[in-house]
Amino acid sequence: MQKEANTISKSLDIEAIRQQFPVLQRQVNGYPLAYFDNAATTQKPQSVIDALSEYYSSYNANIHRGVHTLAEEATTAFEKTRAASRLLVNARETEEIIFTKGTTESINLVAATYGRAFINKGDEIIITAMEHHSNIVPWQILSEENEAVLKVIPISDSGEISLDEFKQTLSEKTKIVAVCMASNALGTINPVKEIIAAAHVAGAVVLIDAAQALPHMEVDVQALNCDFLAASAHKMYGPTGVGILYGKRHLLEKMPPYQGGGEMIKEVTFAKTTYNDIPYKFEAGTPNIADIIAFKVAIDFITTIGKQQIGAHEDALLARATDGFMLLDHVQLVGTGLNKVSVLSFNIEGTHPFDVGMMLDATGIAVRTGHHCTMPLMDRFGIEGTVRASFAIYNTFDEVDRLINSVKKIADRVRI
Amino acid sequence: MSSIRELQDNIISEFELLADDREATLFYLMELGDKMAPLAEEYKTEDSLIKGCQSKVWLHAEHKDGKVYFLADSNTDITRGLISLLVRILSGQTPDDIINADLDFIEKIGMGQIIGSQRSNGFASMIKQMKLYALGYKTKVNMN
Repeated sequence: MQKEANTISKSLDIEAIRQQFPVLQRQVNGYPLAYFDNAATTQKPQSVIDALSEYYSSYNANIHRGVHTLAEEATTAFEKTRAASRLLVNARETEEIIFTKGTTESINLVAATYGRAFINKGDEIIITAMEHHSNIVPWQILSEENEAVLKVIPISDSGEISLDEFKQTLSEKTKIVAVCMASNALGTINPVKEIIAAAHVAGAVVLIDAAQALPHMEVDVQALNCDFLAASAHKMYGPTGVGILYGKRHLLEKMPPYQGGGEMIKEVTFAKTTYNDIPYKFEAGTPNIADIIAFKVAIDFITTIGKQQIGAHEDALLARATDGFMLLDHVQLVGTGLNKVSVLSFNIEGTHPFDVGMMLDATGIAVRTGHHCTMPLMDRFGIEGTVRASFAIYNTFDEVDRLINSVKKIADRVRI
Repeated sequence: MSSIRELQDNIISEFELLADDREATLFYLMELGDKMAPLAEEYKTEDSLIKGCQSKVWLHAEHKDGKVYFLADSNTDITRGLISLLVRILSGQTPDDIINADLDFIEKIGMGQIIGSQRSNGFASMIKQMKLYALGYKTKVNMN
C-alpha cells in the first residue's frame, strides 16, 4: 500500500509545485522553511495571490444588481467560485452552496438558524470527543438556549470513535449529529458515511465538519448524503476569510435567515420583509468578494493536481514521518488511528510542547503546539497539548527527515 | 555576592559565545533551567502565578538580613531557563538594588528575538513582580 503511494507521489513533480509558492522559498532562522502547520492554514500559490491583486486592480465592484461592466465581471467571477465549490463537493445544485467566513461561521449558521428553529426542549444533539471547539461551542449555546441535551461520543486510546457506541447513543430524541470528517488534532478519519446513514434512520440531520478533510480527500455530499457540510478555503491553498456551507435545498429553504441586511432580502417595507431565495438568503451584506473569487483559483490548483495525487503524496509523507517517529525514544504519538489525514500529533516525554515548537522553529521547522482548539480532547488523553506536524502537497521527504532528526535531537536530551 | 552589573555582564558574555545560533541558545536556556533549584510544590499556588505569561510561571520571594531571595519555576523548560537568569541576577540583592536594577542584559543578549513578543511580555511581568516584592519588603522594613 505504502509502496504504491510512493510510486504515485514520485510521478508528481513536487519541486515544480513548490516553485508556485513564493513563501516556500524563504529562510527562517538561517534554514530553508519547512512548513508543517498546514492543518492551521496552508500557504498560497502565486496564482491565488495574483487573483486577489487582479480583482482589486482590474474589476473591483460590488456584486449583484450592478448594471455596469465592472459589477458584471465581479459578479460573474464570484458566482464562478460557487459553481466550482459545487463541483468540489459534488452538490446537486449551485444554490446549495453558501459562502461564509469559514467553517466556524458555517457551523454557527446552522446552529443559529436550523438549530434555533427546529431544536426543542429535551431534544438531543450528538458530537464526538474529538471535535474542534467550533463544532462544540455553537451546539452548547444552542442547547442552553433551547434546553436541548448535548451528547458526546467517547474515543478510544488510538483516537477513534466506536460506531456501535454511536448507534447506542442515537435515539428518536436525536435531532442533530455534528461530527468532523477528519480530526484536526489527531488526523483520525471518521466513518461519516455510516454515521450519516444511522443518524438518518433515527430521523436526525447530520452536519459534517470537513475543514480537515476537504483539502486531502474526495468529498461527495451526494454519496455521503450529509445534510450540511462546512469547510474553509484557507486550509486548501485559498485565502483566509472564506468558507462554504453546503446544505440540502429543502433544509436551507425552511431555515430562517442568519443575519439581516442587504442581499438577503426580496422586498423590504417597514411592515414586513420578504427574504431572498437561497443561497442569497444567508449572505447578508457585501461578502468577501476578492477572497471568494481567488478561492476558485485555489480549487483549480487542487483539481489540476488531483485529490488522489494529493492524498497519495500526503499519505506517503505521513507514513515516512510515522515510521521515523516510532523509532525515537521518549516520543509518543497522539492519535494512532488506522485511517488518518496527514496529521502527526506527538509529545516528547518531560518536554512541554511549547519548548518543542520553539526548538523546531530554531531550525526553520514550523509546527503548531498547544491544545489545537480541542481542550476536551486533550483532557481525554490527560495532556495539556501536543506538537502537531501536518503535511500538504508541497512538503518533501527531505523536510520530513529534517523533522525526525530535529525531534530526535530534542528527545535525546530527555533524562532517563 | 556579585553586583547586579557583574552578574548581567557574565550572562552577556555567556550568550555572546552562542552568537546567533538560536538552536544552541535554546538548548543552553533549557540546560540553565534544569540546573535551577526547583520550587517546592507548596509554593506553586494560584497567588504565586505570574499573570501575563504564556507558560505557567511561579515566583516565591523571601526576605533575610536585608536581602531578597527569589525562587521560581515554570511548566516549560525554556521559560525555566529564562527565569533562572533573573533569579541569578536579582536573588540575594538588597531591595533598593532590585528596584533600581537596569536589566539591559535582556536587550544585549537579543532575548526579544529569541522568545518573541508574547513571551517578552510575560518576562516583563516577571520583572515587575520581582521589583514589587522588593518594594514590598522595603516598605515593610521602613514601617517597623
